[in-house]
Amino acid sequence: MSEERSEEPVVEKSPADEGRADAEKADLAKTDPEKGRAAGDEAIRIEGLHKSFGDLEVLRGIDLSVRRGEVVCVIGPSGSGKSTLLRCVNLLEEPTSGTVTVAGNEVTDPDVDIDEVRRGIGMVFQSFNLFPHLTVLENLTIAQRRVLGRDRDSAERTARRNLERVGLTDKESAYPSKLSGGQQQRVAIARALSMEPQLMLFDEPTSALDPELVGDVLAVMRALAGEGMTMLVVTHEMSFAREVADRVVFMDGGAVVEEGTAARVVGDPQHARTREFLARVLDPAAARLPG
Amino acid sequence: MTRRLTRRQRARVVRAVQYGVLVVALLVLVLAADWGEIRRAFFDVDVAKEQFPEIVSTALVNTVIYTVLGFVFGLTLGLVLALMRLSQVPPYRWLAIGYIEFFRGVPALLVFIALGFGVPLAFQVAINQYVTVMLALGLVGAAYMAETIRAGIQAVPKGQLEAARSLGMSQQRAMVSIVIPQAFRIVLPPLTNELILLTKDSSLVYLLGLSLGQYELAKFGRDALNEHRSLTPILIAGLLYLVITLPLGHLVRRLEARTAKAR
Ligand SMILES: Nc1ncnc2c1ncn2[C@@H]1O[C@H](COP(=O)(O)OP(=O)(O)OP(=O)(O)O)[C@@H](O)[C@H]1O
Ligand SMILES: [Mg+2]
Repeated sequence: MSEERSEEPVVEKSPADEGRADAEKADLAKTDPEKGRAAGDEAIRIEGLHKSFGDLEVLRGIDLSVRRGEVVCVIGPSGSGKSTLLRCVNLLEEPTSGTVTVAGNEVTDPDVDIDEVRRGIGMVFQSFNLFPHLTVLENLTIAQRRVLGRDRDSAERTARRNLERVGLTDKESAYPSKLSGGQQQRVAIARALSMEPQLMLFDEPTSALDPELVGDVLAVMRALAGEGMTMLVVTHEMSFAREVADRVVFMDGGAVVEEGTAARVVGDPQHARTREFLARVLDPAAARLPG
Repeated sequence: MTRRLTRRQRARVVRAVQYGVLVVALLVLVLAADWGEIRRAFFDVDVAKEQFPEIVSTALVNTVIYTVLGFVFGLTLGLVLALMRLSQVPPYRWLAIGYIEFFRGVPALLVFIALGFGVPLAFQVAINQYVTVMLALGLVGAAYMAETIRAGIQAVPKGQLEAARSLGMSQQRAMVSIVIPQAFRIVLPPLTNELILLTKDSSLVYLLGLSLGQYELAKFGRDALNEHRSLTPILIAGLLYLVITLPLGHLVRRLEARTAKAR
C-alpha cells in the first residue's frame, strides 16, 4: 500500500486508499458507531481553539480532528497561524481557550501530565533543533534514557533501528554540525521516532533545506505515512500534500477556510483565498501577473 | 606658499611624528632615571635568591589553591543565582538581583574586611581558613559569574528547549541535559576571564588574617619588601602572577577563536 502511494503522484485517491478508508469505516461500525469516532479512533481532536499573543489573535476558533493513521497537511500563507496550531497540540503554546484532545486525553486539562502527553507526540521543526553538543546517536538516545528510563543498550538499539529507517546508519557518531540540512532533518525525524510516538507533528520540515535535499526528507515522511503513522504536517510542498495527504486543510487569518481531500482542496479549491494562495505557491511567477 | 599633501603623504608625516615622540620619551627615561638605584631596588640578586623556593612552593601554590577554591564555589553559587535570576518565581528573581547588584556594587576589599571580622563572630567554632577564603572569593566571584552564566543560558536558541520539551523532558531535565551544557560552552571564554580576575583578587585574602604558611604571592612579596627594603620580591611576585594569568589569557583567545569558527 505504501509503495503505491509513494510511486504514483496522483491527484485522485488510489483504489488502495479507498480500501483503507473503507476498512476504517468497517472498524468503526464494529464498535459503537457514534462514539467510536469520537474517542477510540481519533488521534487529535481540536475544538474551539483560540490563541492570542497579547492583542494579536492568531487562532480564531479552530475545529479540526485527525483520525488515527490519517495524514493531514495544513497549508496556508505565512502568518496564518499554522505553526501556532501545531504547537498548541503538544502545548508548546498554551491555548487561550478551547480544548485539544490527543488520543482521548484532553491535554488542555490543567491536571494532565504534559510531559507524559508529549512523549507520545513526535515533533519535527523547520530548523531541525538537533542538540549540537551531542552526537547523532546521543541525540537519539538521550530522551529515551532520561525520560523513558531505558538502559543504554536498548536505547542504542532503538536509535540504530530508527537511523536505518532514515538511511543514516553511517552517521551515528557524527556531530550535527557535520551533516547537511537534509541529513540533520532526517536525524531529527529519527530522534522523534525513537520515542515511539503514536503521532507525529511536522512544521515545514523541508522549508529550510536546499531544493536538492528536500526529496530525501519527503521520502522518509512518505514511508512513514505508508507505515500508517498519524501525521499532521504543515508544508508548502503541494506535490507531497497531493500524493500523501488523506486530507488537506487550508488556513488563513487564524481560521480554517476549507478542508477536504487533497484532490478537492488542491485540485478544485472552492474559495477564492485558497485559489489565490495555490496560484502563488504552485507558480510564483503567476502571482506577479496582474489579474 | 602652501603645498597640499596627498593623503598618503599626510599619513606618513603623522606616523613619523608618532615614532619621534616615542624616541624622545625613551631618551628622557634612559638619561634622567637613576639606573643604579633602580637596579638595587628591583633587581637585587641576593634578595631574589633568598625568596626561593618559598615564593613558589608556598606563595604561588597558595595563590592557586585560593583561586581554585573561590572559583569552584563562585561557579556553583553563580549557576544557582543565574537559574534564580531566570526563575518564574518572582521572589527568587528579586533575591538573585539583590545579591548580584550588591556584590558587584561594593568593593571586594570591604567584603573581605567584613568577612575577616564577621566570620569569627558569627561562628563560635574556629572555621578553617581555607573555608573563609573560599567564601570570600566565591561570594564576590559568584555575582559576576551569575550574570555571565545567565547571558550564556539566554544565548542558547529557544528551539533547543522546545525540542527537549517536545521529547517529553521536564523543564529541569531539559535545562540540565540540553541547555546548561550548551550555555557553558558559550561562556567558557568569559568564565576564564573571570578566573584571571579572581587570581588577582586572591591578593586581598590577607585581609582575612593569615598565618605565615598561608601567605599568597602578594602578601609574601610585601612581607619580604618590608624585611629587605627592596622591591625585588614584589617584581618576582608580579612575574609569578603572569605565569598563571598569561596562559589563561592565551586559553581565552583560543576558546574565542574556536567559538567563532563553530558559528
Ligand atoms: N511567541 C509569539 N509571540 C507573539 N507573536 C507570535 C508568537 N508566535 C507567533 N506569533 C505571531 O502569530 C502569527 C502566526 O504565526 P505562525 O508562526 O503560527 O504562522 P505560520 O502560519 O506558521 O507562518 P509561517 O508560514 O511564516 O511559518 C504571526 O503573526 C506571528 O508573528
Ligand atoms: Mg510557521
